[in-house]
Amino acid sequence: MTAQTNNPKEIRVQAIKNGTVIDHLPAGFGLLVIKLLGGMPARKIVTLGTNLKSYARGTKDLIKIEDRELTKNEVDKIALIAPNATINIVRDYRVIKKIKPHLPETIKGAISCPNPRCITNHEAMTTMFHAHTNKKQVAILCHYCEKQFSQEEMVKYI
Amino acid sequence: MTISFEGRDIISIKDLTRDDILTVLRIAKQLKEKPQPTLLKNHVLATLFFEPSTRTRLSFETAMKRLGGTVIGFADANVSSASKGETLYDSIRIIGNYADVIAMRHPLEGAARRAAEATIKPILNGGDGANQHPTQTLLDLFTIHETQHKLKNLHIALVGDLKYGRTVHSLAQSMVHFPCHLHLVAPESLAMPVHIVHDLKKNHISFSLHHTFENILPKLDILYMTRIQKERFSDLLEYEREKNTYVITAAMLTGVKKNLRILHPLPRVNEIHPSVDETPYAYYFEQAENGVFVRQALLALVLGKLS
Ligand SMILES: [Zn+2]
Repeated sequence: MTAQTNNPKEIRVQAIKNGTVIDHLPAGFGLLVIKLLGGMPARKIVTLGTNLKSYARGTKDLIKIEDRELTKNEVDKIALIAPNATINIVRDYRVIKKIKPHLPETIKGAISCPNPRCITNHEAMTTMFHAHTNKKQVAILCHYCEKQFSQEEMVKYI
Repeated sequence: MTISFEGRDIISIKDLTRDDILTVLRIAKQLKEKPQPTLLKNHVLATLFFEPSTRTRLSFETAMKRLGGTVIGFADANVSSASKGETLYDSIRIIGNYADVIAMRHPLEGAARRAAEATIKPILNGGDGANQHPTQTLLDLFTIHETQHKLKNLHIALVGDLKYGRTVHSLAQSMVHFPCHLHLVAPESLAMPVHIVHDLKKNHISFSLHHTFENILPKLDILYMTRIQKERFSDLLEYEREKNTYVITAAMLTGVKKNLRILHPLPRVNEIHPSVDETPYAYYFEQAENGVFVRQALLALVLGKLS
């Protein structure tokens, strides 16, 4: 049982006792996901692996958060930027639950509106977006200014 | 299906169903034919113009007064508490306690939607930045119906600045409910935005794109002209080249359909030559007047006085 293994699966299962492992993030998206989740949780150990080997797509990012299980709400937020991520809830070194993020119809907070003329960028208030999926393309519509953005555009505003 | 209008906010044309729109047009016609000078007696409208627009404000105020109501408000943000840094939410929360209904214009997009969260009183959006101006669309539809006696299967040309003109955006979007053939006439750099063209396609609205409109004039039932502003052009050479392409004169109106009517959200600059005013096709001044009836209808509906 050595941690110096090249098998990412083993790292994931072995490395944390309790908490959450967010796997299969597109390379370079790890920090964004941490930001999306509201930044680094206080007094928790967070490990970010970036540009790791991935069998499926070459490289990937991976996040391990110890002693914290993500809620359904938080998991769904991840769908906004990484719909193909896998979230593993770990208890006592075992993956007890694997969750696929599911893009919620309404996203509150977490992101700001890319439209500089939007009221949400001028008033202390919570943003709200509606997600529409059309032929696998996700469009994000601001509840307030009614402007529509692509997923790629939104990522810059996390 | 129509939900009752009482207490509803009118923020975006997209919030209105086909039946909702037809209800507004029916009530507006009713009020145009038979005025009800005491219908809104003892009711107060607040007109909050965080961005000045004399025409829209006067139209709302006239509508309220013609129904016997009273009006409070301000005509520009410098005299409101917004200039002291008060949030929109707070302003509306407070004014909502004074008035029964609020008509507002604001330079920021989404402001009316935000305002609606601050009060249970109905909000009528009189324009939020480049986003929505639903009463304009309703008065356009009212005028089209009044002149053509139907809203479907018409040949409608939208001419001019189709990129930035929110009026033509909303009007095009409302065609989802009333399928017509749209002739979109604009210079290359001021063409209809892709997302609206996409909406039209998705809803199977037939449309065609043009750079000039002289050759399509004989087909048209409605010619909807808009302003072309010099500052909208990224290329001033293009402006110089194109500026006269989007001007209608009386001389061009030989051989048009008898029922053709020319509309314009006004103010016009020079896209409609004054010679057109005397032709039977000019209808833009009546169109502006119709704004008062449509706003009367909305006031009466959201205050639950007519249905
Ligand atoms: Zn927005």
